[in-house]
Amino acid sequence: MYLTKEEELILAGEYGYALQKAMEILVALGEIYGAERLIPIKSAQIAGVSYKNIGDAGMEFLRDFADAGAKVSVYTTLNPAGMGDDEFMEKQREVLELYRRMGIEITSTCTPYYGANLPKFGDHIAWSESSAVSFANSILGARTNREGGPSSLAAAIVGRTPNYGLHLDENRKATVIVNVDAEVETFVDYAALGYHLGRTLGNDVPYLRGLKPERTELLKEMGAAMAASGSIALYHVEGETPEYRTAIAEELETITVEDSDIRAMREEFRDDWTDIDMILIGCPHASLGEVKEIAELLRMRGRPLRIPLFITASGAVKALADALGYTEIIERYNGRIIADVCFVVSPIKGWYRGIATNSGKSAFYFRSFGFSVRLDDAEDLIREAP
Amino acid sequence: MKLKGRKIVGGKAEGELIVSRKALSFLGGVDPETGIVTDAESDIRGQSIAGKILAFPRGKGSTVGSYVIYALKKNGKAPKAIIVGEAETIVATGAIIAGIPMVDGIDVSRLRSGERVKVDADSGEVEVPEPGE
Repeated sequence: MYLTKEEELILAGEYGYALQKAMEILVALGEIYGAERLIPIKSAQIAGVSYKNIGDAGMEFLRDFADAGAKVSVYTTLNPAGMGDDEFMEKQREVLELYRRMGIEITSTCTPYYGANLPKFGDHIAWSESSAVSFANSILGARTNREGGPSSLAAAIVGRTPNYGLHLDENRKATVIVNVDAEVETFVDYAALGYHLGRTLGNDVPYLRGLKPERTELLKEMGAAMAASGSIALYHVEGETPEYRTAIAEELETITVEDSDIRAMREEFRDDWTDIDMILIGCPHASLGEVKEIAELLRMRGRPLRIPLFITASGAVKALADALGYTEIIERYNGRIIADVCFVVSPIKGWYRGIATNSGKSAFYFRSFGFSVRLDDAEDLIREAP
Repeated sequence: MKLKGRKIVGGKAEGELIVSRKALSFLGGVDPETGIVTDAESDIRGQSIAGKILAFPRGKGSTVGSYVIYALKKNGKAPKAIIVGEAETIVATGAIIAGIPMVDGIDVSRLRSGERVKVDADSGEVEVPEPGE
Protein backbone atom coordinates (compact mmCIF):
# COMPACT_ATOMS: atom_id res chain seq x y z
CA MET A 1 0.00 0.00 0.00
CA TYR A 2 1.25 3.45 -0.87
CA LEU A 3 1.89 5.74 2.11
CA THR A 4 2.70 9.44 2.02
CA LYS A 5 5.86 10.68 3.71
CA GLU A 6 3.83 11.87 6.69
CA GLU A 7 2.01 8.54 6.98
CA GLU A 8 5.38 6.75 6.92
CA LEU A 9 6.59 8.94 9.79
CA ILE A 10 3.45 8.24 11.83
CA LEU A 11 3.96 4.50 11.24
CA ALA A 12 7.60 4.79 12.32
CA GLY A 13 6.48 6.26 15.63
CA GLU A 14 7.69 9.83 15.06
CA TYR A 15 4.39 11.23 16.35
CA GLY A 16 4.11 8.98 19.39
CA TYR A 17 2.79 5.60 20.42
CA ALA A 18 -0.96 6.21 20.03
CA LEU A 19 -0.79 7.51 16.47
CA GLN A 20 1.65 4.75 15.58
CA LYS A 21 -0.65 1.98 16.85
CA ALA A 22 -3.65 3.56 15.12
CA MET A 23 -1.68 3.78 11.88
CA GLU A 24 -0.53 0.16 12.22
CA ILE A 25 -4.17 -0.93 12.44
CA LEU A 26 -5.14 1.04 9.32
CA VAL A 27 -2.15 -0.15 7.30
CA ALA A 28 -2.71 -3.80 8.27
CA LEU A 29 -6.39 -3.61 7.30
CA GLY A 30 -5.46 -1.87 4.07
CA GLU A 31 -3.01 -4.67 3.23
CA ILE A 32 -5.51 -7.40 4.15
CA TYR A 33 -8.26 -5.96 1.98
CA GLY A 34 -6.08 -4.73 -0.86
CA ALA A 35 -6.35 -0.94 -0.43
CA GLU A 36 -3.96 1.09 -2.57
CA ARG A 37 -3.79 4.02 -0.17
CA LEU A 38 -5.41 5.80 2.75
CA ILE A 39 -8.08 8.45 2.20
CA PRO A 40 -9.17 11.31 4.50
CA ILE A 41 -12.44 10.87 6.38
CA LYS A 42 -14.98 13.51 7.42
CA SER A 43 -16.25 11.85 10.60
CA ALA A 44 -16.19 8.73 12.74
CA GLN A 45 -18.75 6.86 14.83
CA ILE A 46 -17.31 4.57 17.49
CA ALA A 47 -18.84 1.31 18.75
CA GLY A 48 -17.57 -0.49 21.83
CA VAL A 49 -19.07 1.84 24.42
CA SER A 50 -21.17 -0.36 26.67
CA TYR A 51 -19.15 -1.85 29.52
CA LYS A 52 -21.25 -5.00 28.97
CA ASN A 53 -19.64 -5.38 25.56
CA ILE A 54 -16.04 -4.27 26.02
CA GLY A 55 -15.52 -5.43 29.60
CA ASP A 56 -12.35 -4.87 31.58
CA ALA A 57 -10.24 -5.87 28.56
CA GLY A 58 -11.57 -3.06 26.40
CA MET A 59 -11.39 -0.57 29.25
CA GLU A 60 -7.77 -1.42 29.85
CA PHE A 61 -6.97 -0.81 26.20
CA LEU A 62 -8.85 2.50 26.12
CA ARG A 63 -7.15 3.66 29.33
CA ASP A 64 -3.67 2.82 28.02
CA PHE A 65 -4.51 4.52 24.74
CA ALA A 66 -5.90 7.67 26.38
CA ASP A 67 -2.91 7.79 28.77
CA ALA A 68 -0.61 7.64 25.75
CA GLY A 69 -2.23 10.86 24.51
CA ALA A 70 -4.51 9.44 21.82
CA LYS A 71 -6.69 12.21 20.34
CA VAL A 72 -9.18 12.07 17.50
CA SER A 73 -8.50 14.33 14.53
CA VAL A 74 -11.99 14.36 12.95
CA TYR A 75 -15.48 14.89 14.35
CA THR A 76 -16.26 11.71 16.27
CA THR A 77 -19.38 10.51 18.07
CA LEU A 78 -20.14 7.47 20.19
CA ASN A 79 -22.52 4.55 20.22
CA PRO A 80 -25.08 4.25 23.05
CA ALA A 81 -23.99 3.30 26.56
CA GLY A 82 -25.39 0.51 28.71
CA MET A 83 -27.49 0.63 31.88
CA GLY A 84 -26.97 -1.60 34.89
CA ASP A 85 -26.48 -1.68 38.66
CA ASP A 86 -24.34 0.86 40.55
CA GLU A 87 -21.14 -1.08 40.00
CA PHE A 88 -21.86 -1.32 36.27
CA MET A 89 -22.71 2.38 36.03
CA GLU A 90 -19.43 3.35 37.67
CA LYS A 91 -17.51 1.39 35.03
CA GLN A 92 -19.77 2.78 32.30
CA ARG A 93 -19.04 6.36 33.36
CA GLU A 94 -15.34 5.57 33.33
CA VAL A 95 -15.56 4.26 29.74
CA LEU A 96 -17.31 7.45 28.63
CA GLU A 97 -14.69 9.55 30.41
CA LEU A 98 -11.89 7.72 28.57
CA TYR A 99 -13.54 8.47 25.23
CA ARG A 100 -14.07 12.10 26.26
CA ARG A 101 -10.36 12.39 27.07
CA MET A 102 -9.60 11.34 23.49
CA GLY A 103 -11.61 14.31 22.21
CA ILE A 104 -14.72 12.35 21.28
CA GLU A 105 -18.14 13.99 21.53
CA ILE A 106 -20.09 12.14 24.22
CA THR A 107 -23.32 11.96 22.23
CA SER A 108 -23.95 8.28 22.77
CA THR A 109 -26.43 7.26 20.12
CA CYS A 110 -26.84 4.81 17.26
CA THR A 111 -28.51 7.63 15.26
CA PRO A 112 -25.79 10.31 15.23
CA TYR A 113 -27.36 11.58 11.99
CA TYR A 114 -30.34 12.92 14.02
CA GLY A 115 -27.91 15.18 15.83
CA ALA A 116 -24.48 16.51 15.24
CA ASN A 117 -22.91 13.89 12.98
CA LEU A 118 -24.68 14.13 9.62
CA PRO A 119 -22.48 13.22 6.63
CA LYS A 120 -23.46 14.31 3.16
CA PHE A 121 -23.57 12.46 -0.15
CA GLY A 122 -20.18 11.11 -1.20
CA ASP A 123 -18.39 11.79 2.10
CA HIS A 124 -15.90 9.15 3.16
CA ILE A 125 -16.42 8.28 6.84
CA ALA A 126 -15.37 5.48 9.22
CA TRP A 127 -18.39 4.36 11.17
CA SER A 128 -19.05 1.37 13.32
CA GLU A 129 -22.56 0.41 14.53
CA SER A 130 -24.22 -1.67 11.84
CA SER A 131 -27.52 0.25 11.66
CA ALA A 132 -25.77 3.63 11.39
CA VAL A 133 -23.47 2.21 8.70
CA SER A 134 -26.52 1.04 6.74
CA PHE A 135 -28.21 4.46 7.11
CA ALA A 136 -25.10 6.41 6.11
CA ASN A 137 -24.36 4.25 3.05
CA SER A 138 -27.88 3.63 1.78
CA ILE A 139 -29.96 6.66 2.73
CA LEU A 140 -27.34 9.41 2.85
CA GLY A 141 -25.01 8.09 0.15
CA ALA A 142 -21.95 8.61 2.36
CA ARG A 143 -19.29 5.88 2.19
CA THR A 144 -18.18 3.63 5.00
CA ASN A 145 -17.25 0.02 5.57
CA ARG A 146 -18.71 -1.86 8.52
CA GLU A 147 -16.00 -0.83 10.94
CA GLY A 148 -15.42 -2.48 14.29
CA GLY A 149 -14.85 -0.37 17.40
CA PRO A 150 -11.04 -0.43 17.30
CA SER A 151 -10.74 0.25 13.55
CA SER A 152 -13.15 3.21 13.65
CA LEU A 153 -11.20 4.59 16.64
CA ALA A 154 -7.93 4.18 14.74
CA ALA A 155 -9.43 5.97 11.72
CA ALA A 156 -10.72 8.78 13.96
CA ILE A 157 -7.26 9.29 15.45
CA VAL A 158 -5.38 9.30 12.15
CA GLY A 159 -8.24 11.00 10.27
CA ARG A 160 -7.95 8.49 7.44
CA THR A 161 -9.16 5.07 6.43
CA PRO A 162 -7.87 2.51 3.93
CA ASN A 163 -9.56 2.91 0.55
CA TYR A 164 -11.30 -0.43 -0.02
CA GLY A 165 -14.74 -2.02 0.12
CA LEU A 166 -17.65 0.40 0.11
CA HIS A 167 -15.39 3.42 -0.40
CA LEU A 168 -14.94 2.28 -4.01
CA ASP A 169 -17.56 2.84 -6.75
CA GLU A 170 -17.42 -0.74 -8.02
CA ASN A 171 -18.32 -2.25 -4.64
CA ARG A 172 -21.39 -0.04 -4.26
CA LYS A 173 -23.15 -1.70 -7.19
CA ALA A 174 -26.09 -3.98 -6.50
CA THR A 175 -25.37 -7.71 -6.41
CA VAL A 176 -28.97 -8.98 -6.37
CA ILE A 177 -32.38 -7.61 -7.36
CA VAL A 178 -35.22 -8.07 -4.89
CA ASN A 179 -38.74 -7.81 -6.25
CA VAL A 180 -41.00 -7.01 -3.34
CA ASP A 181 -44.26 -8.64 -4.32
CA ALA A 182 -45.83 -8.17 -0.91
CA GLU A 183 -47.67 -5.54 1.05
CA VAL A 184 -44.94 -3.66 2.87
CA GLU A 185 -46.39 -0.59 4.50
CA THR A 186 -46.00 -0.42 8.25
CA PHE A 187 -42.91 -0.10 10.40
CA VAL A 188 -42.95 -3.78 11.28
CA ASP A 189 -43.49 -4.78 7.64
CA TYR A 190 -40.25 -2.99 6.83
CA ALA A 191 -38.50 -4.57 9.81
CA ALA A 192 -39.71 -8.00 8.70
CA LEU A 193 -38.53 -7.41 5.14
CA GLY A 194 -35.09 -6.37 6.41
CA TYR A 195 -34.88 -9.32 8.76
CA HIS A 196 -35.84 -11.72 5.97
CA LEU A 197 -33.30 -10.24 3.53
CA GLY A 198 -30.47 -10.23 6.08
CA ARG A 199 -31.08 -13.87 6.79
CA THR A 200 -31.42 -14.86 3.14
CA LEU A 201 -28.72 -12.72 1.55
CA GLY A 202 -25.88 -12.50 4.09
CA ASN A 203 -23.67 -9.68 2.80
CA ASP A 204 -25.09 -8.85 -0.64
CA VAL A 205 -25.94 -5.35 -1.89
CA PRO A 206 -29.67 -5.71 -2.64
CA TYR A 207 -31.56 -3.53 -5.12
CA LEU A 208 -35.17 -3.41 -4.00
CA ARG A 209 -38.09 -2.89 -6.36
CA GLY A 210 -41.68 -2.27 -5.36
CA LEU A 211 -41.23 -0.21 -2.19
CA LYS A 212 -42.85 3.17 -1.56
CA PRO A 213 -41.71 4.15 1.92
CA GLU A 214 -43.76 7.03 3.27
CA ARG A 215 -41.04 8.15 5.64
CA THR A 216 -37.31 7.66 6.10
CA GLU A 217 -37.80 5.89 9.45
CA LEU A 218 -39.20 2.88 7.58
CA LEU A 219 -35.97 2.46 5.63
CA LYS A 220 -33.92 3.07 8.78
CA GLU A 221 -35.79 0.21 10.44
CA MET A 222 -35.45 -2.11 7.44
CA GLY A 223 -31.70 -1.44 7.19
CA ALA A 224 -31.15 -2.02 10.89
CA ALA A 225 -32.92 -5.38 10.71
CA MET A 226 -30.95 -6.54 7.66
CA ALA A 227 -27.68 -5.47 9.26
CA ALA A 228 -28.56 -7.42 12.42
CA SER A 229 -29.78 -10.69 10.90
CA GLY A 230 -27.18 -10.54 8.10
CA SER A 231 -24.27 -8.22 7.45
CA ILE A 232 -25.80 -5.98 4.79
CA ALA A 233 -24.14 -2.55 4.88
CA LEU A 234 -25.68 -1.04 1.74
CA TYR A 235 -28.96 -1.43 -0.13
CA HIS A 236 -30.63 0.53 -2.91
CA VAL A 237 -34.35 1.22 -3.28
CA GLU A 238 -35.59 2.03 -6.77
CA GLY A 239 -36.81 5.61 -6.99
CA GLU A 240 -35.85 6.34 -3.37
CA THR A 241 -32.23 6.07 -2.31
CA PRO A 242 -29.59 8.42 -3.76
CA GLU A 243 -27.50 5.93 -5.74
CA TYR A 244 -30.20 3.73 -7.25
CA ARG A 245 -29.74 5.12 -10.78
CA THR A 246 -26.16 3.88 -11.00
CA ALA A 247 -26.60 0.78 -8.86
CA ILE A 248 -27.09 -1.80 -11.60
CA ALA A 249 -24.00 -2.44 -13.69
CA GLU A 250 -24.68 -5.91 -15.03
CA GLU A 251 -27.36 -8.54 -15.28
CA LEU A 252 -28.26 -9.75 -11.81
CA GLU A 253 -30.01 -12.63 -10.18
CA THR A 254 -33.54 -11.71 -9.07
CA ILE A 255 -35.35 -12.97 -6.00
CA THR A 256 -38.93 -12.29 -4.99
CA VAL A 257 -40.28 -11.54 -1.54
CA GLU A 258 -43.86 -12.59 -0.92
CA ASP A 259 -46.42 -11.85 1.76
CA SER A 260 -45.68 -15.19 3.41
CA ASP A 261 -42.03 -14.11 3.97
CA ILE A 262 -43.20 -10.97 5.76
CA ARG A 263 -45.82 -12.80 7.82
CA ALA A 264 -43.30 -15.45 8.87
CA MET A 265 -41.41 -12.97 11.03
CA ARG A 266 -44.53 -11.58 12.64
CA GLU A 267 -45.48 -15.13 13.57
CA GLU A 268 -42.00 -15.87 14.90
CA PHE A 269 -42.29 -13.06 17.48
CA ARG A 270 -45.81 -13.43 18.86
CA ASP A 271 -45.39 -14.14 22.56
CA ASP A 272 -48.45 -13.42 24.73
CA TRP A 273 -48.97 -10.09 26.47
CA THR A 274 -49.01 -12.05 29.76
CA ASP A 275 -45.28 -12.78 29.21
CA ILE A 276 -44.46 -9.13 28.51
CA ASP A 277 -43.53 -6.62 31.22
CA MET A 278 -42.00 -3.78 29.20
CA ILE A 279 -42.54 -1.95 25.91
CA LEU A 280 -39.55 -0.68 23.96
CA ILE A 281 -39.61 1.84 21.11
CA GLY A 282 -36.49 3.31 19.56
CA CYS A 283 -34.14 0.69 18.15
CA PRO A 284 -32.38 2.26 16.32
CA HIS A 285 -32.93 5.37 18.45
CA ALA A 286 -36.24 7.11 17.74
CA SER A 287 -36.53 10.18 15.55
CA LEU A 288 -38.54 13.18 16.69
CA GLY A 289 -41.29 11.99 14.33
CA GLU A 290 -41.45 8.62 16.06
CA VAL A 291 -41.57 10.27 19.49
CA LYS A 292 -44.41 12.49 18.34
CA GLU A 293 -46.29 9.47 16.98
CA ILE A 294 -46.05 7.70 20.34
CA ALA A 295 -47.27 10.77 22.22
CA GLU A 296 -50.30 10.96 19.90
CA LEU A 297 -51.04 7.24 20.22
CA LEU A 298 -50.91 7.48 24.01
CA ARG A 299 -53.29 10.42 23.97
CA MET A 300 -55.71 8.46 21.80
CA ARG A 301 -55.48 5.52 24.18
CA GLY A 302 -56.45 7.87 26.95
CA ARG A 303 -55.44 5.76 29.96
CA PRO A 304 -51.96 5.07 31.37
CA LEU A 305 -50.10 1.89 30.53
CA ARG A 306 -49.81 -0.67 33.33
CA ILE A 307 -46.37 -1.76 32.16
CA PRO A 308 -43.60 0.76 31.51
CA LEU A 309 -42.94 2.09 28.01
CA PHE A 310 -39.40 3.17 27.21
CA ILE A 311 -38.42 5.24 24.19
CA THR A 312 -34.68 5.31 23.59
CA ALA A 313 -33.38 8.30 21.65
CA SER A 314 -30.38 10.56 21.23
CA GLY A 315 -29.93 13.46 23.64
CA ALA A 316 -30.70 15.83 20.77
CA VAL A 317 -34.08 14.23 20.03
CA LYS A 318 -34.90 14.05 23.76
CA ALA A 319 -34.16 17.76 24.17
CA LEU A 320 -36.51 18.59 21.29
CA ALA A 321 -39.19 16.29 22.68
CA ASP A 322 -38.86 18.06 26.06
CA ALA A 323 -39.12 21.47 24.44
CA LEU A 324 -42.12 20.53 22.30
CA GLY A 325 -44.05 18.97 25.20
CA TYR A 326 -44.02 15.35 23.94
CA THR A 327 -42.03 14.12 26.93
CA GLU A 328 -44.65 15.39 29.34
CA ILE A 329 -47.47 13.66 27.46
CA ILE A 330 -45.53 10.40 27.31
CA GLU A 331 -44.76 10.50 31.03
CA ARG A 332 -48.41 11.09 31.84
CA TYR A 333 -49.16 7.63 30.39
CA ASN A 334 -46.31 5.76 32.16
CA GLY A 335 -43.81 6.21 29.37
CA ARG A 336 -40.29 7.60 29.51
CA ILE A 337 -37.81 8.88 26.97
CA ILE A 338 -34.30 7.85 27.90
CA ALA A 339 -31.38 9.42 26.13
CA ASP A 340 -28.04 8.07 24.95
CA VAL A 341 -28.50 4.50 26.19
CA CYS A 342 -29.44 1.16 24.68
CA PHE A 343 -31.27 -1.81 26.18
CA VAL A 344 -29.67 -4.26 23.76
CA VAL A 345 -26.20 -3.50 25.20
CA SER A 346 -27.38 -3.40 28.83
CA PRO A 347 -27.25 -6.25 31.37
CA ILE A 348 -31.02 -6.20 31.94
CA LYS A 349 -31.50 -9.96 32.30
CA GLY A 350 -33.58 -10.33 35.44
CA TRP A 351 -35.01 -6.81 35.22
CA TYR A 352 -37.62 -7.89 32.64
CA ARG A 353 -39.04 -11.17 31.38
CA GLY A 354 -40.54 -10.13 28.12
CA ILE A 355 -40.34 -7.18 25.76
CA ALA A 356 -42.88 -5.82 23.30
CA THR A 357 -41.31 -3.78 20.54
CA ASN A 358 -41.80 -2.50 17.01
CA SER A 359 -38.12 -3.06 16.21
CA GLY A 360 -36.99 -6.06 14.19
CA LYS A 361 -33.41 -5.53 15.33
CA SER A 362 -34.20 -5.60 19.03
CA ALA A 363 -36.69 -8.46 18.59
CA PHE A 364 -33.87 -10.46 17.04
CA TYR A 365 -31.39 -9.69 19.84
CA PHE A 366 -33.76 -10.02 22.81
CA ARG A 367 -34.98 -13.39 21.59
CA SER A 368 -31.36 -14.54 21.36
CA PHE A 369 -30.80 -13.33 24.96
CA GLY A 370 -33.71 -15.52 26.11
CA PHE A 371 -36.47 -12.93 26.56
CA SER A 372 -40.08 -13.38 25.46
CA VAL A 373 -40.67 -11.04 22.54
CA ARG A 374 -43.76 -9.56 20.94
CA LEU A 375 -43.27 -7.64 17.70
CA ASP A 376 -46.03 -5.27 16.60
CA ASP A 377 -46.48 -1.82 15.15
CA ALA A 378 -46.52 1.02 17.66
CA GLU A 379 -50.25 1.66 17.22
CA ASP A 380 -51.10 -1.98 17.96
CA LEU A 381 -48.71 -2.09 20.91
CA ILE A 382 -50.18 0.98 22.52
CA ARG A 383 -53.77 0.02 21.81
CA GLU A 384 -53.42 -3.57 23.04
CA ALA A 385 -50.96 -3.18 25.92
CA PRO A 386 -52.26 -3.79 29.46
CA MET B 1 10.25 -27.07 5.53
CA LYS B 2 9.26 -23.43 5.19
CA LEU B 3 5.69 -22.27 4.63
CA LYS B 4 5.41 -18.84 3.07
CA GLY B 5 2.69 -16.44 4.12
CA ARG B 6 2.34 -12.71 4.58
CA LYS B 7 3.31 -10.40 7.42
CA ILE B 8 0.40 -8.88 9.34
CA VAL B 9 2.36 -7.90 12.47
CA GLY B 10 6.15 -8.14 12.43
CA GLY B 11 8.38 -9.98 14.90
CA LYS B 12 9.86 -13.40 15.52
CA ALA B 13 8.88 -16.26 17.83
CA GLU B 14 9.64 -19.91 18.41
CA GLY B 15 7.61 -22.45 20.33
CA GLU B 16 5.06 -25.22 20.48
CA LEU B 17 2.07 -25.11 18.15
CA ILE B 18 -1.54 -25.31 19.19
CA VAL B 19 -3.74 -25.74 16.13
CA SER B 20 -7.49 -25.15 15.94
CA ARG B 21 -9.15 -26.65 12.88
CA LYS B 22 -12.13 -24.32 13.24
CA ALA B 23 -12.57 -20.55 13.18
CA LEU B 24 -11.97 -19.05 16.60
CA SER B 25 -13.91 -16.39 18.49
CA PHE B 26 -11.94 -14.55 21.17
CA LEU B 27 -14.87 -12.74 22.79
CA GLY B 28 -16.52 -15.43 24.87
CA GLY B 29 -14.20 -17.97 23.26
CA VAL B 30 -10.95 -17.47 25.17
CA ASP B 31 -10.67 -16.63 28.88
CA PRO B 32 -8.51 -13.46 29.07
CA GLU B 33 -7.39 -14.33 32.64
CA THR B 34 -6.08 -17.85 31.92
CA GLY B 35 -5.66 -18.18 28.15
CA ILE B 36 -7.89 -21.26 28.15
CA VAL B 37 -10.20 -21.77 25.17
CA THR B 38 -13.86 -21.79 26.25
CA ASP B 39 -15.59 -21.57 22.82
CA ALA B 40 -18.16 -24.40 22.95
CA GLU B 41 -17.72 -25.12 19.23
CA SER B 42 -13.92 -25.19 19.33
CA ASP B 43 -11.93 -28.36 18.82
CA ILE B 44 -9.25 -27.07 21.24
CA ARG B 45 -11.73 -26.27 24.00
CA GLY B 46 -10.22 -26.55 27.48
CA GLN B 47 -6.64 -26.11 26.24
CA SER B 48 -4.45 -23.09 26.95
CA ILE B 49 -3.02 -20.88 24.21
CA ALA B 50 -0.69 -19.05 26.65
CA GLY B 51 2.92 -19.05 25.51
CA LYS B 52 2.14 -21.19 22.45
CA ILE B 53 2.17 -20.47 18.74
CA LEU B 54 -1.54 -20.33 17.93
CA ALA B 55 -2.75 -21.40 14.47
CA PHE B 56 -6.34 -21.36 13.19
CA PRO B 57 -8.12 -20.80 9.85
CA ARG B 58 -9.69 -17.43 10.69
CA GLY B 59 -11.30 -15.34 13.40
CA LYS B 60 -15.02 -14.96 13.93
CA GLY B 61 -17.44 -13.29 16.31
CA SER B 62 -17.53 -9.84 17.86
CA THR B 63 -14.93 -7.19 17.11
CA VAL B 64 -14.54 -6.87 20.89
CA GLY B 65 -12.38 -9.98 20.44
CA SER B 66 -9.50 -7.61 19.62
CA TYR B 67 -9.61 -6.32 23.20
CA VAL B 68 -9.57 -9.88 24.55
CA ILE B 69 -6.28 -10.46 22.70
CA TYR B 70 -4.95 -7.25 24.28
CA ALA B 71 -6.05 -8.43 27.74
CA LEU B 72 -4.35 -11.82 27.22
CA LYS B 73 -1.09 -9.97 26.58
CA LYS B 74 -1.49 -7.73 29.64
CA ASN B 75 -2.20 -10.81 31.78
CA GLY B 76 0.83 -12.69 30.45
CA LYS B 77 -1.39 -15.33 28.82
CA ALA B 78 -1.07 -14.37 25.16
CA PRO B 79 0.20 -16.68 22.43
CA LYS B 80 3.81 -15.96 21.33
CA ALA B 81 2.67 -15.67 17.72
CA ILE B 82 -0.49 -16.09 15.65
CA ILE B 83 -0.74 -17.97 12.34
CA VAL B 84 -3.97 -17.83 10.34
CA GLY B 85 -5.19 -18.99 6.97
CA GLU B 86 -6.97 -15.73 6.33
CA ALA B 87 -6.56 -12.56 8.37
CA GLU B 88 -9.63 -10.47 9.20
CA THR B 89 -10.18 -7.30 11.19
CA ILE B 90 -10.73 -8.73 14.66
CA VAL B 91 -7.63 -10.85 15.06
CA ALA B 92 -5.36 -8.51 13.06
CA THR B 93 -6.36 -5.54 15.21
CA GLY B 94 -5.92 -7.57 18.39
CA ALA B 95 -2.46 -8.71 17.36
CA ILE B 96 -1.43 -5.14 16.49
CA ILE B 97 -2.57 -3.53 19.72
CA ALA B 98 -1.08 -6.40 21.73
CA GLY B 99 2.15 -6.48 19.69
CA ILE B 100 1.94 -10.19 18.86
CA PRO B 101 3.74 -11.34 15.66
CA MET B 102 1.15 -12.52 13.14
CA VAL B 103 1.29 -14.18 9.73
CA ASP B 104 -1.56 -14.99 7.35
CA GLY B 105 -1.87 -16.97 4.14
CA ILE B 106 -0.64 -20.20 5.72
CA ASP B 107 -2.43 -23.50 5.04
CA VAL B 108 -3.00 -24.38 8.70
CA SER B 109 -4.19 -27.89 7.79
CA ARG B 110 -0.48 -28.70 7.31
CA LEU B 111 0.29 -27.82 10.94
CA ARG B 112 0.01 -30.16 13.95
CA SER B 113 -0.47 -29.32 17.61
CA GLY B 114 2.66 -30.11 19.63
CA GLU B 115 5.13 -29.42 16.79
CA ARG B 116 7.86 -26.87 17.48
CA VAL B 117 7.90 -24.12 14.88
CA LYS B 118 9.77 -20.90 14.14
CA VAL B 119 7.77 -17.89 13.01
CA ASP B 120 9.48 -15.03 11.19
CA ALA B 121 6.56 -12.67 10.78
CA ASP B 122 8.74 -9.99 9.16
CA SER B 123 9.30 -12.23 6.15
CA GLY B 124 5.98 -14.06 6.59
CA GLU B 125 7.70 -17.43 7.00
CA VAL B 126 6.85 -20.36 9.24
CA GLU B 127 9.48 -23.08 9.62
CA VAL B 128 8.03 -26.49 10.46
CA PRO B 129 9.85 -29.81 11.04
CA GLU B 130 10.12 -32.13 8.01
CA PRO B 131 7.79 -35.16 8.23
CA GLY B 132 9.54 -37.86 10.25
CA GLU B 133 12.03 -35.40 11.69
